[in-house]
Amino acid sequence: MTVLAVAEHRRGDLRPVSYEVVTAGREAADATGGDLHLAVIGGDVESFAEDLNREGVDAIHTVAVGEEFDHGVYAQALTQLWADVEPSLLLAPNTVNGLDYAPAVAERLDIPLVTDAVGVDAGEELVVTRELYGSKVETTLAVDADRAAVTVRPSEWAAAEGHGDATIEPFDADIDESALGARVTGFQEVGGGDVDIGEADVLVSVGRGIEEEDNLDIIQALADALDATVSASRPIVDNGWLPKDRQVGQSGKVVTPDVYIAIGISGAVQHVAGMKGADTIVAINNDPNAPIFDIADYGIVDDLFDVVPALTAEFQ
Amino acid sequence: MKVLVTVKEVAAVDDEFEIDGLAIDDRYLSYDLNEWDEYAIEAAVQISEAREDVEVVTVTVGGPDTEETIRQALAKGADRAVRVWDDAIASAGLLDPATKATVLSAVVEEEDPDLILTGVQAADDGFGATGVTLASAIGWEWAAVVNSLDLDTEAGVASVHRELEGGVEETTEVDLPAVLTIQTGINDPRYASLRGIRQAQSKELAVQSLSDLGLDAGALDSPMEQTSLYEPETEGEATVYEGSAEETAGELAALLREKGVGEA
Repeated sequence: MTVLAVAEHRRGDLRPVSYEVVTAGREAADATGGDLHLAVIGGDVESFAEDLNREGVDAIHTVAVGEEFDHGVYAQALTQLWADVEPSLLLAPNTVNGLDYAPAVAERLDIPLVTDAVGVDAGEELVVTRELYGSKVETTLAVDADRAAVTVRPSEWAAAEGHGDATIEPFDADIDESALGARVTGFQEVGGGDVDIGEADVLVSVGRGIEEEDNLDIIQALADALDATVSASRPIVDNGWLPKDRQVGQSGKVVTPDVYIAIGISGAVQHVAGMKGADTIVAINNDPNAPIFDIADYGIVDDLFDVVPALTAEFQ
Repeated sequence: MKVLVTVKEVAAVDDEFEIDGLAIDDRYLSYDLNEWDEYAIEAAVQISEAREDVEVVTVTVGGPDTEETIRQALAKGADRAVRVWDDAIASAGLLDPATKATVLSAVVEEEDPDLILTGVQAADDGFGATGVTLASAIGWEWAAVVNSLDLDTEAGVASVHRELEGGVEETTEVDLPAVLTIQTGINDPRYASLRGIRQAQSKELAVQSLSDLGLDAGALDSPMEQTSLYEPETEGEATVYEGSAEETAGELAALLREKGVGEA
């Protein structure tokens, strides 16, 4: 089968997931001995195409329209490119932008869409592996269709390497400007306080298990005793208990401290994306099946309200 | 002005559970309003409080058991609810985003709203694609993963922030009518007041079948079939300390000291 995979860029740089989509696309194409085509839309498409020309890419279609992501442009260009290339599988990153155009493209092409794939088997029949219930179980979906779209989860596939010999082909998309109804006007960095969790050597990170805002006191006490910095998972920040610049994860900061102590954090994939690069990961959680233990180096399965004060006392 | 909010009841799995075939045994599931939808409801109610003559209508695809969850949305300030259900939906397999969008499109045709808010995703199956699929199906504009919303109905534009990865937000202007998928943290969802809970009991909750919406069971045909469900193999090789809290804390403290933590 021919696979069409879509690259992602922002503010002048290709995002790493682009190279992962190349790997996922090459695997899917190999399963049936087909070609891998890439689409790169907007920005400096020529330089992006050079970077994307990695081993296993057969063709790169450049669409030189606009600078930044515009879901209307993406939807129109990909729909036209689809008709031109006639692939069987569309692969897009399962990112905030990927989820802003892939569903529209699939709907317009009337092809089924499976999102957030952690596995794609494109043999006889397309079978996609996904997670359910916050990563507690996995499921496989068989897709009975000749053509389909799949968005692939970032960091599940290795980045493609090497240098390829793809043909680079400018694609002259016919964009109907009058149909573009959403305009990107700029970007904002999420608010900065005086603490940069990205610089901390030791992070004491707190999640939903802390239950109430007042209980944060025991986290702060531990951080003080350890001379560490407090960070948090999303729910704590959503509740307004800590400022946004303390959030670790996909939509917050990516941190790589020497020691990361996750307290009452279940370890949702979005959180893990932000801290898996820590040298040593410690998890304290009363759920032995919490996904955080899959990535932790050391763990305590117990009530954090018992363990945290005891740990603090050890350092006082 | 009418705001339509999609509301889903989602299942959460207990810490310990068993898989029975392609499903988790119901004993291990508890049901609640989808977290993302709470924020979408709050966004809609805030719009209605800031303007005259705004009606907030929720729509749910779900069985009779979901009515308690739908009443939560009504108690938080939605004006009335539509629940789509019939035997065909009950016996259908997976409802993929395209299938849901087909059903919701029919509700949109019936209700004729000016704005549609959905949660970014559902906590259980988390496709995260229904809102944008719906927008495309009804020919509306859209924005995915909105964490700030400023509505200018006179100019016919929604100024939104989209929460991108890595602590960056994109500012975007979206022409109305639009479908916006709402991210957690956009607001501070209220708790239902006692008065709200009382009032919710008498608010309209209409049940519609596929045929009421002009659809037949063919609308539920999906090329996707769930073929397995299993617990992923844990990749974890964590050293887990055993014992009382004092004992485990002591062992962890020793490890941390070894790593040079806490040494002033």
